[in-house]
Amino acid sequence: MRERGQREVFCGLTGIVWLHRKIQDAFFLVVGSRTCAHLLQSAAGVMIFAEPRFATAIIEERDLAGLADMNDELDAVVARLIARRPEIRLLFLVGSCPSEVIKLDLSRAAARLDAIHGPALRVLNYSGSGIETTFTEGEDACLSALAATLPSAAADAGPSLLVAGVLPDIVEDQFARLFAAMGIEAAFLPARRADAMPAIGRETRVLLAQPFLGNTARTLAERGATRIAAPFPFGAEGTTLWLRAAAEAMGVAPATFERATAPARRRAETALAARRAALAGKSIFFFPDSQLEPSLARFLAREMGMRPVEVGTPYLHREHLAEELALLPETTRLAEGQDVDRQLDRCRAAKPDLAVCGLGLANPLEAAGIRTKWAIELIFSPIHGYEQAADLADLFVRPLDRADRLAALEAAA
Amino acid sequence: MKLTVWTYEGPPHVGAMRVATAMKGLHYVLHAPQGDTYADLLFTMIERRDHRPPVTYTTFQARDLGADTAAIFQTACADAFERFAPDAIIVGASCTAELIQDDPAGLASALRLPVPVIPLELPSYQKKENWGAAETFYALVRRLADPGTRPADPEAARRTCNILGPTALGFRHRDDVVEVAAILERLGIEVNVTAPLGARPSDLTRIPAAGFNVVLYPEIADTAARWLERTFGQARTRTVPIGVGATTDFVHEVAALAGVDPAPALGGSRLPWWSRSVDSNYLTGKRVFIFGDATHAVAAARVCADELGFTIAGLGTYAREFAREVRAAATGYGIEALVTDDYLEVEAAIAALAPELVLGTQMERHIAKRLGIPCAVISAPVHVQDFPARHSPQMGFEGANVLFDTFVHPLTMGLEEHLLTMFRDDFEFHDAAGPSHLDAAPSPLAETSAASDAPILWHSEAEKELRKIPFFVRGKARRNTEQYAATRGLATISLETLYDAKAHFGR
Repeated sequence: MRERGQREVFCGLTGIVWLHRKIQDAFFLVVGSRTCAHLLQSAAGVMIFAEPRFATAIIEERDLAGLADMNDELDAVVARLIARRPEIRLLFLVGSCPSEVIKLDLSRAAARLDAIHGPALRVLNYSGSGIETTFTEGEDACLSALAATLPSAAADAGPSLLVAGVLPDIVEDQFARLFAAMGIEAAFLPARRADAMPAIGRETRVLLAQPFLGNTARTLAERGATRIAAPFPFGAEGTTLWLRAAAEAMGVAPATFERATAPARRRAETALAARRAALAGKSIFFFPDSQLEPSLARFLAREMGMRPVEVGTPYLHREHLAEELALLPETTRLAEGQDVDRQLDRCRAAKPDLAVCGLGLANPLEAAGIRTKWAIELIFSPIHGYEQAADLADLFVRPLDRADRLAALEAAA
Repeated sequence: MKLTVWTYEGPPHVGAMRVATAMKGLHYVLHAPQGDTYADLLFTMIERRDHRPPVTYTTFQARDLGADTAAIFQTACADAFERFAPDAIIVGASCTAELIQDDPAGLASALRLPVPVIPLELPSYQKKENWGAAETFYALVRRLADPGTRPADPEAARRTCNILGPTALGFRHRDDVVEVAAILERLGIEVNVTAPLGARPSDLTRIPAAGFNVVLYPEIADTAARWLERTFGQARTRTVPIGVGATTDFVHEVAALAGVDPAPALGGSRLPWWSRSVDSNYLTGKRVFIFGDATHAVAAARVCADELGFTIAGLGTYAREFAREVRAAATGYGIEALVTDDYLEVEAAIAALAPELVLGTQMERHIAKRLGIPCAVISAPVHVQDFPARHSPQMGFEGANVLFDTFVHPLTMGLEEHLLTMFRDDFEFHDAAGPSHLDAAPSPLAETSAASDAPILWHSEAEKELRKIPFFVRGKARRNTEQYAATRGLATISLETLYDAKAHFGR
């Protein structure tokens, strides 16, 4: 089903919170309002105090009234920023709702600033506005901008594997080791430093690590790369299918694949088996948040025995999700978009054992007697791959475990 | 444009949300793009509310821009009325909707809803959160206050008052209301309406029935209270009862307005004895830096100076609307107020002053942590831990007890400080250990030299002696000594110089 109405979701600016941790010499400058700055500090929590590599250039009345030339103002802000943080090598000008509505041309500003401060500093632009992007789509917009500027692979370069999507360093290292064991040297987008971004060409095979990378995949395709179709690497099964799709595309022999992946796969399966009893048979309801929902529902249904009632997603990329959707139970109701009040009605009527939702809905649902799991934690925690499969399951086990532990308190209250 | 990493206040529509969420039976229809719903989590997470804020967002997207957004607003407004059946509705625009120039007031009134619809004009590119809350409360009071409820006999109404100002997401508002209501009860003064916290729109109509208004938080209630004073002749209180002295003044002020005896509500705080007891001797002259909203900063300064015997090293606020009050208070302490909403400026001021205690907001807590200085929180913005489960007012005599504990606990306890000085370099009381209740090791930042452009060399012997000074005063000792050496044209600091400087600067 498709819904339109009030959407209780984050905008794409939120992606900055994890993107800036990944690219160590990049700075994210939002051009927006006080609301944008307030959102970032609300989403970033205490992280904002660790001299973070993001900030907001707040548009003021004088900018809107034409008293100040906004491009001059922006140039001055960037100059001040660069003076303060000379170690920055890559600057993203991030568009917001206000900057998009007043049609401030940030792509031209980025080109101008790139000419002024280059080559030591590269300046790129993307939009993280709420009117255009939902939560993780901010990462898609950022990586898409980055993908357009990747160096071209040498003409005689052989087939190469590019894994796209921000992964925690520990997860990235695990995947790199697994690929190395198959004889593949995998590159990752984004790289950890601006000067180490991977090259791309006609022989590049792209493996998406996240389901929300529609624009990035298209930009990479325009650069000649080919996408490898696969489900996403959540749980033992998802990880195996994901790795196998890459191995097959790169011509790895089945025996080599088996030898490289078997130990980690067995570890993951053993760890998941220990948690299955806590989740099996339980119903789960996903509110739309990150586009991870169908993949997580597939993992929870097939590997943990849960029953997904409704799986909401802010946007459904039918081509990239084809392999996932084929694995989802047929009884699952897929909902694209949102009308939050109606969806809350459906959730309360369904009385799921667990609802996955944003922080604005979680406590109100708990108060209404529905156990919840905050969706945002699924973005900030390492959950991909074999070694994290059980951690992923634990994120869903914990609220249910807690309900059991507090049963006596509930009764007393 | 202004480069901003941290903002002390949100945009003005968040202030309006604080008023709407505080009340019952009021709904806010906010014209805003997808994503602005992030503000809900301030209420559901930081304040831990068990209901969603009563706010419907239109959450328009790029594909809706054009004629469509006005229709989306009307649909959202009509749906919200039907679903939530509010007694009154406020409508307005967030920063982006302000730019697309739909007219929420006109669009909403065209729906001819059978309840009051109150439009809000909140200029997002000029004003901030507290202003938005004040303006929203004023707009509500102005529209709903019914002159017909004004008492026929003003003398009979003299012993009734309204409590104005507490909102959702207010620092300790919940418990302050309890304390102030208890004071009023002891004085035999009846509370007519408390608003916005817990009030319905119908309660606001009865505001004129009271004799006078208690303004708890001027940042939020002053605009409305001034209007009520002009329109209905209701006097308003000027004293905010934070601290023993201010609470005593408040009791006298309120008693005079109501024409009652103040005695029943006076006294009852442990702060005066706690502060006089000998263990508090070591608090004398502790240098404190204070920053926050104007009301809490000025009140905390009075408590620190008059009730705890501290020295006010710095005083400031992020609230430009109330800069005048803070400047006046600072002048009284012989210092210049710091009025800024740039936390980097606050950080620079704290680093330069090297106080022994910082009282501030969540940001100052983090600044102090970086600098290795003890800190307590006295003002919003605050994190979830400052919306405690336990009763913890700032106001009234119980509030004074809370302030004493809160300000004193982060400091090295008297005996502990004595031991650190006595057994400097001791294996257990060495500086890296720090106070037993602070886990963070002091940051080297606190010790940076005063004049980095003219490096002064320390003899290794003097440097070693410097290390023996407890960490929490070492930064100041280093700076003082270097300053002393610089003014005397000394290129190097010997052991002698160190002690000469100590004698020169005293404490």
